[in-house]
Amino acid sequence: MALSPDDPTLGLFQVLREDLSEPLPEGEDPRSHPENDPELSEDTLRAMFRHMLRVRLLDERMMMRQRQGRIGFFGAITGQEATPIATAFCLEEKDWVFPALRENAIMLVRGFPLTQWLAQVYGNSLDVLKGRQMPSHMSGRSVNQVSWSSCLGPQLPQAVGAAMAAKYKKTGAVTIGFIGDGATSEPDFHCAMNFAGVSNAPCVMICQNNHWAISVPSKKQTRSATFAVKAHAYGIPGVRVDGNDILALRAVIGEAVDRARKGEGPTFIEAVTYRIGAHSSSDDPTVYRSDEEVELWRRKDPIQRFERYMRFKGLLSDDERAQLEKELVEEILAAIENVESAAPPARETLFEDVFEERPWHLAEQQDELLEHDPAPSAH
Amino acid sequence: MREIRYREAVREAIREEMEADERVFLMGEEVGHYQGAYKVSEGLLSQFGEKRVIDTPIAEAGFAGIGIGAAMTGLRPIIEFMTWNFSFVAFDQIISNAAKIRQMSGGTFDVPIVFRGPNGAAKQVASQHSHSVDPFYTNIPGIFVVMPATPRDAKGLLKTAIRCQDPVIFLEGETLYNVKGEVPELDEEELIPFGKGRIGREGKDCTIVAFGRPYYEAMQAAEKLAADGIECEIVDPRTLRPLDIELLVESVKKTHRCVVVHEHWPYGGPGAEIVDQIQREAFDWLDAPIHRVGSLDVPMPYASNLENFVLPTVERISDAVRRVSYAK
Repeated sequence: MALSPDDPTLGLFQVLREDLSEPLPEGEDPRSHPENDPELSEDTLRAMFRHMLRVRLLDERMMMRQRQGRIGFFGAITGQEATPIATAFCLEEKDWVFPALRENAIMLVRGFPLTQWLAQVYGNSLDVLKGRQMPSHMSGRSVNQVSWSSCLGPQLPQAVGAAMAAKYKKTGAVTIGFIGDGATSEPDFHCAMNFAGVSNAPCVMICQNNHWAISVPSKKQTRSATFAVKAHAYGIPGVRVDGNDILALRAVIGEAVDRARKGEGPTFIEAVTYRIGAHSSSDDPTVYRSDEEVELWRRKDPIQRFERYMRFKGLLSDDERAQLEKELVEEILAAIENVESAAPPARETLFEDVFEERPWHLAEQQDELLEHDPAPSAH
Repeated sequence: MREIRYREAVREAIREEMEADERVFLMGEEVGHYQGAYKVSEGLLSQFGEKRVIDTPIAEAGFAGIGIGAAMTGLRPIIEFMTWNFSFVAFDQIISNAAKIRQMSGGTFDVPIVFRGPNGAAKQVASQHSHSVDPFYTNIPGIFVVMPATPRDAKGLLKTAIRCQDPVIFLEGETLYNVKGEVPELDEEELIPFGKGRIGREGKDCTIVAFGRPYYEAMQAAEKLAADGIECEIVDPRTLRPLDIELLVESVKKTHRCVVVHEHWPYGGPGAEIVDQIQREAFDWLDAPIHRVGSLDVPMPYASNLENFVLPTVERISDAVRRVSYAK
């Protein structure tokens, strides 16, 4: 099948100008494609900016805490804030999110309390997950977001299953499933895309192509021209969008969500972005990629690109920007302080939630454990 | 009581639970138009339609994941593996996801799902198609493992499995599907709880613990041994997780001898677990070491004569009972 060069899976859907290195003259439009602007309300734009900045500031502080040894692991989303935040603004309360590693911020936008989110990083007695799950594997029942799977990929067929369930129950809910560029090589990606196509389920599958699967570049994951183009093989629409352009993302994801909700089936979206920082706190990216490459992508920073638009629209001044950052930092530090002072999870909780009802042998194990003095909390 | 085949008992359980609960659906390869690779789902498509009896693409990992996602968001899937051998490509979905989601989420999510299909050897289907998967799945906290030998147990336990809020591994058998047995009338609903074993035959001289297909070989061995004056008690735990250790221990305290029979390979597994628990709970009542009879420790060959040597036979079971009875 020959694709036309303007096929949406081969192009790059954009609203905002890409390169920040040239200063924009006063009053000049920061949009390269104003015709694609979703024309969001001022309140929405302000809220989106606030959430993007909030997660950037939060990540900076969590990486510092990881370096100080206060938390075991962290995967920041620096440089990739636009996709999760845009997604959150496309969803209704009843919709579901099956994330990969870098979409936990969606929970915060959808109303999950920051202290509870942080408690999942610390895994202490404030954590509703009871210290069971790794950081950056957050989940929130109250906001219909599940945990992703450490073995890459399984969340995507699950997302399609949840979408099939929504169709079965006629709830009108849409499910979003995420995957990284690396995990598109997993069999689960194929299974999910195939089932989504065959079942015509109301789901949107989003691949955040951040160019690096730890140290393996996306060129070593696939010989396809793009990731989005794979959608054609499954008979579902695909779109390639600038993943550092929150307005473009809001337009593309919003349209895909609307299509799904109307019963018109799934969409596969490739969001082209870049992981500015390390894969996780366990990784040093300087050994496998060049400073020049990172610098090139710093000049496409999603927050600064959006900020230029906000200023152009008259929605953000220097004072407002400074005031917002001050407020957010205060909120984050207060939340961290609150969470850090909580006690570790109680020993008894070890035996909860393995099954709906605790079986006798776990009751026996608990009795044996509690006969001993509590062990020191360190490993 | 009426007699029906194991296959029909499984089908009745699925049908009754689908009739009773709109959220229950059946999904797998060939379950619809083909009526199931072993005809378990015969008639279900025409009764319930394509929405609730779903023929899937050939992708065990895919439909296991689809089922988990559906279960997490409010449905109650029954996932049929054409055989349990094919579940290995779905292992990650079952082990890292279905079994863990309740615990990982602090109890905020659950996965009420049944994975079912035939387990163990059929006849001459060779090494990749003859696995007893019970050792793999019983090792994992967070899932129930059910392995019924009789039609009545299959029906009553499957109904319980479908109503369970946790994932259930339901192990049937290709060579069990044609087995006939007594099952309560259609209007007499029977739910068999997990963790309750059943005495298949009473005896005073030696306990034989047997589950799945070899339950029948154990029954035959018991008949032969009875002719020689050795009365065996056959205890079928029916569910391997949870395990009705009380019933097993009670029987061993009466007979003072025990042989555990299983189709899986000898290294570890529920067979070894049962021995371990019995020796701890009934050490002072035992008059002999507990012996086990399982498949020989080799991949299953295709040739019929060789296959028969590998599986636990009536002869090997009888020999083990004689050994622990210090009889010739």
